[in-house]
Parts: sequence; C-alpha cells; structure tokens
Amino acid sequence: MQKALAPDVSTWPDENPQLIGSRCDACGATTFPRQSRCPRCSAGTMSDLLLPRRGTVVAWTTQGFVPKLPYAGSDTAETFQPFGVGLVQLEDVVRVEGRLTENDPAKLRFGMEVELVMVPFFVDKDGDEVMTFAFAPVGENN
Amino acid sequence: MNDVAIIGVGLHPFGRFGDKSAIDMAADAIDNALGDAGIEWRDIQFAMGGSYEVTNPDAVNRLVGLTGIPMTDVFNACATAASTIEQTAAAIQLGKYDVGVAFGMDKHPRGSFSGDPRVLGLPAWYGENGQYLTTKFFGMKINRYMHEHGISAETLAKVAAKNYRNGARNPNAFRRNPIPEDEILNSPILNYPLTQYMFCAPDEGAAAAILCRADLASRYASKPVYLRASAIRTRRYGAYEVHATFAAVDEDVSPTVYAAQAAFEEAGISPEDVDVIQVQDTDAGAEVIHMAECGFCADGDQEKLIADGATEITGPMPVNTDGGLIANGEPIGASGLRQVHELVRQLRGQAGERQVSGEPRVGFAQVYGAPGTAAVSLLTT
Repeated sequence: MQKALAPDVSTWPDENPQLIGSRCDACGATTFPRQSRCPRCSAGTMSDLLLPRRGTVVAWTTQGFVPKLPYAGSDTAETFQPFGVGLVQLEDVVRVEGRLTENDPAKLRFGMEVELVMVPFFVDKDGDEVMTFAFAPVGENN
Repeated sequence: MNDVAIIGVGLHPFGRFGDKSAIDMAADAIDNALGDAGIEWRDIQFAMGGSYEVTNPDAVNRLVGLTGIPMTDVFNACATAASTIEQTAAAIQLGKYDVGVAFGMDKHPRGSFSGDPRVLGLPAWYGENGQYLTTKFFGMKINRYMHEHGISAETLAKVAAKNYRNGARNPNAFRRNPIPEDEILNSPILNYPLTQYMFCAPDEGAAAAILCRADLASRYASKPVYLRASAIRTRRYGAYEVHATFAAVDEDVSPTVYAAQAAFEEAGISPEDVDVIQVQDTDAGAEVIHMAECGFCADGDQEKLIADGATEITGPMPVNTDGGLIANGEPIGASGLRQVHELVRQLRGQAGERQVSGEPRVGFAQVYGAPGTAAVSLLTT
C-alpha cells in the first residue's frame, strides 16, 4: 500500500494532486505548507489554498551527502544517491522548496519548467511505500 | 547613553580537543581576556555568555569565580556571539553597569548540524524528507548568485584558499594547512556547486571580550577599541533563508543587508571607511555574497576584486584575516567573538603575521545563521 510522507500538504492520492498552502484573507500573502497566522501582516485569518501544479525553478542545488536523522530514507552513506533540491515558483502564487527528480547539475537549469509529482521514498516498517512530493521536468512525465 | 569600549579580548583555540569541556574552554578564554585587560574577575560587574550545546554558559562561574554577579545566557543561532556582545554593550550604554564580560563557547559533534525541525515549529516531514539541512540553502543561494552575477567556481576556490592561508598565520585556527585551489575544486561536491573544502565545519572553541564604559577605558587599556554600533536583524517576509519550506514571489533582501545598513547608520560610518572585514564564511560562496550584502561592493564585482587579490591581508579590503569560519571552524557561541577578537588585534596593531598595514582604524564583523538572523558589529580606534 502507498501512503504519503506528509498527508496534510497535498491532495494526493487525487489524480493530478496539488500541494496545499494558505493565503491570508487580510493581505493576500501566501505560505507553504498552510499555517494559521500570516507571516506578513500577522493576522490570524489564513485560508487553505490549492497551489498550481507547474512552476519554474528559481534556485537549485544537489544534496550530495546522506542527511542525518530525522532523515527517513533507508540510504546509507554507501548507497546514497544525491537528489536535487530546488525552490520552485508556482505561477505567481508562491515559491516552494522541494526535491527535484533531476539530480544532475548538467541537466538542471534555472528557469526550467517543472511539474509536481509524487515519488516513492522508502518502505516503512508496515511494508507500506511512503511517497513524497517532488518536481519533475515537464515533458518527461507524460 | 554611554559609549562602550572593548578593553580586553581572549580566545581558547578553535578545533577539536577531546574530552575538554566547552565550559573549561570558556574559562580559559575569559582568563585570557581578563589578562589582556589587566582586570580581575572580582572587578567584573556582570556577564553574558552564549552557547548552542551548553544550556547554561553561566556555569563557567564555578571556574572563574562565584562572585554572585548577574549572568545571563544568550542564544541566537549563528548570531549568538554578536547578540551576546550587543546585550552586554547595551547594559553599559544604558548605565546599568560599568564593566562586564561577553563570552561564548561551543563543542559541536562532527558533521552537519541536525535536529528535530518540530522544535522550530517546522513540520516533521521537512526533516524526514532530508530538507532540514543548512548546507543545501547555501548551495542554492550561491548557485543562483553565480548564475545571476557571473561569479565562477574558481572564485569560490580562491576565497577558500585565502582563508586557509590566513588560517596558517593564525595559531588559534583549526585548519592551518594551506590547500591549493584545484584541490578545493576537486574535493567532493556536498551541495552543488559547493565542495567539501569550500565549507566550514562545526567544531569547538571559546572567546571572550571585556567591555566597559568608554570614559573609564583608559584605566585599563592604552589603546581601547570602541564598539560604535551593533545591529541584529531577522528575516522579512520576502526573504528566503535557512530552514524555509517556501518563499514569497516578491523577494526581499536578506537580514544581513538590513543589519549592515542599520549598523553603518548608527555609527555614522560608510563601507568605504572600513579597514578590516570579518564576514560569515559558512562556505566560500557566503563570503562572496556577504561582501555585497554588507555594502562593500556591487553584485558581481567580487569576481574581479577577488582575482585581483583585493580581499587578501595585503589588499585594499581585507576579508577574514584570521581565516574566518573556513579555517577556524564554527563553535556557534564563540564565532562572533572570535571575529571581534581579530578586529581588536588588528586595530591595536597586534595581529602579527596577519597584520593589515596602514594602521587600520575601522573594523566590521557580520554573522548570519538560521532561521534567517544576522548581526553586525562596527569597531573603531
């Protein structure tokens, strides 16, 4: 069975899942994930906001060493494969930090168009496949 | 409001020291600072101490003297030591005390900083997903900066190489062997484009400074150094900083920019007036970026400035003359005080092999850390 690492941050397992952020009713500032208070105007009136599925990469790097706990991946220092990490701008709504499915610096481009995907991350102690959100280059996913 | 002078500075070397506790290191640093000022612990009216690993820095009083004075512990992530200095200075400025000690210490485990993101109010999945890491932020920031402003990987290697060379001239530094630029470039990539040798490492050490009312300084110091400004700033809504799950589309600049502007304004000093600069070189890219964020050059100028050797000890804008974080490592609680220690040595003409020529009069120190907090101190003779 598959389940999400972070069930509250996306509409997965809906088809074409979207990340869930929030927008301030008072000033329009956006966040990801959702939060109860506005970090721009401090008001306590945030509403849930489904975020666009596509965006462009504003900043990126690779994660070249296995993260320490609480990293949940089953990789060891020997088996670890670097993953891409980026800041993705979702239309003009918000920029989200997330994994990138591309990990090759030669192929990662500033401004490249990416799309939200769910990828398998690890198998938990119940034998379930835990999925996490990531962004994949558009065109590779159809 | 009183002016504040620094009449003594002291360090415990930075590095790895087996079983020696951070508190023991702090006691050594405080002893060294007291000796430098020619003052005794019994004359100290108050103290503030900072640390990440040590919950009670004030426990050093067991070693330096249980005199019952007010002691306050400070923590502000990588801005801890600068915050300790600011609070110590503020108490003197406001006239509550005449003389006090600002100190800091740390003893970090090996490897990158880690922890439970929930402690910061971040979701657990952020850490489980491998995103609760500081180094990736620095990789992203410099990668984008290089792309936008034409900075090369060779420039990053030059910065790291400079700091290792400066560390070789610093008997208190952790890494004291110069490393050639190509070795820096070819070391393993940790977070593209930053390689292993472009990064600092958390380590161990302690530092202390004795601060007093400026009009009393001549009792202790033949050449007091004055703290002209101190500014701490946290991030604004539009800034993307360490440990963030998102950023606003409309960007704002980093807290370093605001802290530097505020400090220069408070002191009535401009970046061109500064003779010696210490910035947070968490990695070589951070040093490059902070040069511009602190107001010392325009974005992109760093490529030519560094190629021309402008930031060497012998150059017109010496940066990280004691080797910075790259050569000294980072014990969080002590780092900003190490910068002040180096500035005081430089301004007094006591920096030996690292001495900037021309009798430097103005020193600048900047620290930055999670979750987007920066602090700047300005010192003059």
